Amino acid sequence: MSNKIDQTYLKVRGLTKNFGKFTALKDISLDIIENEFVCFLGPSGCGKTTLLRAIAGLDIQTYGTISQGGKDISSLPPSERDFGIVFQSYALFPNLTIAKNVSVGLENLGAKSLHIKNRVDELLGLVGLMDQSDKFPSQLSGGQQQRVALARAMATSPGLLLLDEPLSALDAKVRSHLRHEIKELQRKLAVTTIMVTHDQEEALTMADRIVVMDNGVIEQVGTPEEIYSSPKTKFVADFVGTTNFLPSIITSKDRVKVGDVVLACRTEGLPIGSSTMASIRPEDVNARNVSDGDQNVLQVEVLSLEFLGSFYRVKLGLFDLKTDILLADFSKSIIRLLDLEVGSKLKVSLPQQFIKIY
Amino acid sequence: MTLNIENTSVVKQKSSRDDKTMRVCMCLIGLFLAVAIVLPLYSMLSKSLENKAGDFVGLSNYQDYFSTPALFQSAFNSFLISVIGTFIVLTIAFAYAYALTRTKMPFKWFFKIVAIVPLLTPSMLSGISLVYWFGNQGVAKSFLMGEPIFGPIGIVLGSVYWVFPHALMIIITALSITDARLYEAATALRTSKLKTFFMVTIPSCKFGLISAGFVVFTLIFTDFGVPKVIGGSYNVLATDIYKQVIGQQNFQMGAVVAVVLLTPAIIAFSVDRFVQRKQVALLSSSAVPFAPKNNNALDYTMLVFCSFVAFLIICMIGMAQYASLITFWPYNLSFTLENFNFDLVEGGGWGSYFNSIKLSVYTALIGSIVIFFGAYLVEKGRGFQFGRNTFHAIAMVPLAVPGMALGLAYIFFFNNPNNPLNFVYGTMGILVISTITHFYTVSHLTATTALKQMDPEFESVSASLKTPFFRSFQKITLPICIPAILDISVYLFLNAMTTVSAVIFLYSANTRLASIAVLNMDDQGELAMAAAMAMMIAYTCGAVRLLYAIGSKSLIIRTQKWRDK
Repeated sequence: MSNKIDQTYLKVRGLTKNFGKFTALKDISLDIIENEFVCFLGPSGCGKTTLLRAIAGLDIQTYGTISQGGKDISSLPPSERDFGIVFQSYALFPNLTIAKNVSVGLENLGAKSLHIKNRVDELLGLVGLMDQSDKFPSQLSGGQQQRVALARAMATSPGLLLLDEPLSALDAKVRSHLRHEIKELQRKLAVTTIMVTHDQEEALTMADRIVVMDNGVIEQVGTPEEIYSSPKTKFVADFVGTTNFLPSIITSKDRVKVGDVVLACRTEGLPIGSSTMASIRPEDVNARNVSDGDQNVLQVEVLSLEFLGSFYRVKLGLFDLKTDILLADFSKSIIRLLDLEVGSKLKVSLPQQFIKIY
Repeated sequence: MTLNIENTSVVKQKSSRDDKTMRVCMCLIGLFLAVAIVLPLYSMLSKSLENKAGDFVGLSNYQDYFSTPALFQSAFNSFLISVIGTFIVLTIAFAYAYALTRTKMPFKWFFKIVAIVPLLTPSMLSGISLVYWFGNQGVAKSFLMGEPIFGPIGIVLGSVYWVFPHALMIIITALSITDARLYEAATALRTSKLKTFFMVTIPSCKFGLISAGFVVFTLIFTDFGVPKVIGGSYNVLATDIYKQVIGQQNFQMGAVVAVVLLTPAIIAFSVDRFVQRKQVALLSSSAVPFAPKNNNALDYTMLVFCSFVAFLIICMIGMAQYASLITFWPYNLSFTLENFNFDLVEGGGWGSYFNSIKLSVYTALIGSIVIFFGAYLVEKGRGFQFGRNTFHAIAMVPLAVPGMALGLAYIFFFNNPNNPLNFVYGTMGILVISTITHFYTVSHLTATTALKQMDPEFESVSASLKTPFFRSFQKITLPICIPAILDISVYLFLNAMTTVSAVIFLYSANTRLASIAVLNMDDQGELAMAAAMAMMIAYTCGAVRLLYAIGSKSLIIRTQKWRDK
């Protein structure tokens, strides 16, 4: 326990931000561990950027405290805090060359020119832009510009790296490439990093821990694995990945009723009789070797098949539940094995351990 | 427990040293603005509520004003002239702008250049030129069918000439921001050309037209130069102020007239601000620019029309040019340079021309630095919202204050022996201050627009890199904004060169200006010499404009290499 406290680098306590009558952040508390890569994930307007800007001191919080490396920075102006920042718009100084952009921060610290040159070369080497150092930003592609912004932010070796939707302005191919590069760089330089994103794929692939936010509050904090496979709230289950939600009523300690069907599952101690949602991810719907005697078997009909490359997303009509639709991801081999097409009837099972109740 | 305490106290961000320096700088410029516009206006307002002995008499001066038919008549005259002038200018400028933006008329470049010529001349020039055309010995006197040019006809014609480019620029902007897809949609729906014009074109530039209307109205309503030269016995507000103050030394009544002059200008200003705010909201960033198609009938009709307008403009400045080179109109039409021998007459001389150059250079230099820096502090400062908003609001005031009112207000404020700033009265300093102030708003808005186009995150990045603000100002902001700063300094230079309204009250024997010399020479009947001096102003402005076009291009190529892809 004491070990963990020592490692805590950034401590946010009771942070609230009001814009007039609108509350953008509600009593946020959060610990970020040294050298950790944390993603703030949420839909637009959830407060993730507001939280980042409060941490940077760019838009100060209304209430609450922030400490960084054991030092209270709650009311410091941004120029007296220790961070590097990268924006979606790159915000490279257009009239300075790439090398000059990177060296600005070093010059401000009064570094010797030889040291500056070495450091600039080192950083541009790290982001693979050594040969572009005399160009101007407008002569570079978006991905290259964002790499320069990254090098600039890291030039003075700040204790904290803040990334505000750094990949959102780039096209898909560049984005996935740069994802790995940023992660790689972060690991190499061992810098505590916070990235704001609305892209769950980005968060899942890059983050050590994800902070899922909605409406100015933190919904869940956890590793990508935890967030995806054990979402704590309905919002998280819905926002991260795709989930089927089936309206249900709890009938006993380990049974819920969905329409006319009773499903076995954990009910998380919710009182009997309460209305809830039973949820299951499409990839957890099983169609292989289903027999009548199995648990949680449903009679379904294929309504449509959507080809998504490596698998099919299948829309299933539930016989027993009449109105509801169940999404399932089936591999090509299952489709071939069961000879599925629109109108096919089949049995699927919903494995008990994958059903969650909200 | 601690959480509760934290929750109840609002966090106030500490100010960095830069924040403090920026605020101090902003307050200093704000203080300058307050002294240069707010306090003088206040002393003018209070003067209008005093009697000659300096006692407070409430609104009795205003009662006198409105019950004196001769004075009240000139308010009506001003209004009438402005309405007629505005209507004519808007009609011509709209057609001209339409031809330039929405047709494939040939020789557009030529018509664009001709249209800005009136900007290079003091407004009196059109008055002088009209005297030569239609005066008692004018070449085209018969065109007026016995009506005298000295009076409403002259004022309207002269005003239309010099405000034309102001209206044209606003309407061109309004017509350029339309969305081509609206026309494609109209064509696809088989809407007739005429219906499309009223359904798409007019609504899309409606706000521009309203805005241009108010600008033109205010310009004509408050202009002094044209009515002074060609107004004859037809009194308007601007000449009334001059007569009350200079002629009759009735400062109180002068102040009252200035306040009356101020009222419609303020109304026009507020409506214009309101309208412009609406227009911004109408603009979508995804609009497709309009590209005109060939239409021979329209193109050539427009060519004839624009040629006619251009012909009139050239006639106006051409006559002034011709008159300035003629020995003795209309009896001896041989050419001479004698009229440029300004030192022969009282009240002007070449000294006044060089004073004007001095004023323009100081105004352009000091003005563009102060105004741009002020706009930077307002736009890019952190915190201190109240101070920044106040600054911005004060910076808007000069636009609503006519030059005559500003000049008069300066007399009241700076000529007061109790004012510690009294020493600037009668110096070049007060001329520079009044001119910078007079043209502050447009320059401030130009600077603000340029600054707003910069990525707002530059300041965030600079803060995270611990760049001191003067360093990022000098290394980032200034280089990026060089084109805007050049625009501002040329705008200030041209206006300082041609302005007459504010400075007419403020010049002294040692600080006579070229534009004032034009008026003085005209007063003394030295019309040819007045024309010659007006042409000197026009040459200078033309040269600066040309120099700017060439110079800014090469400067931009040299310093803005980074703009290329």
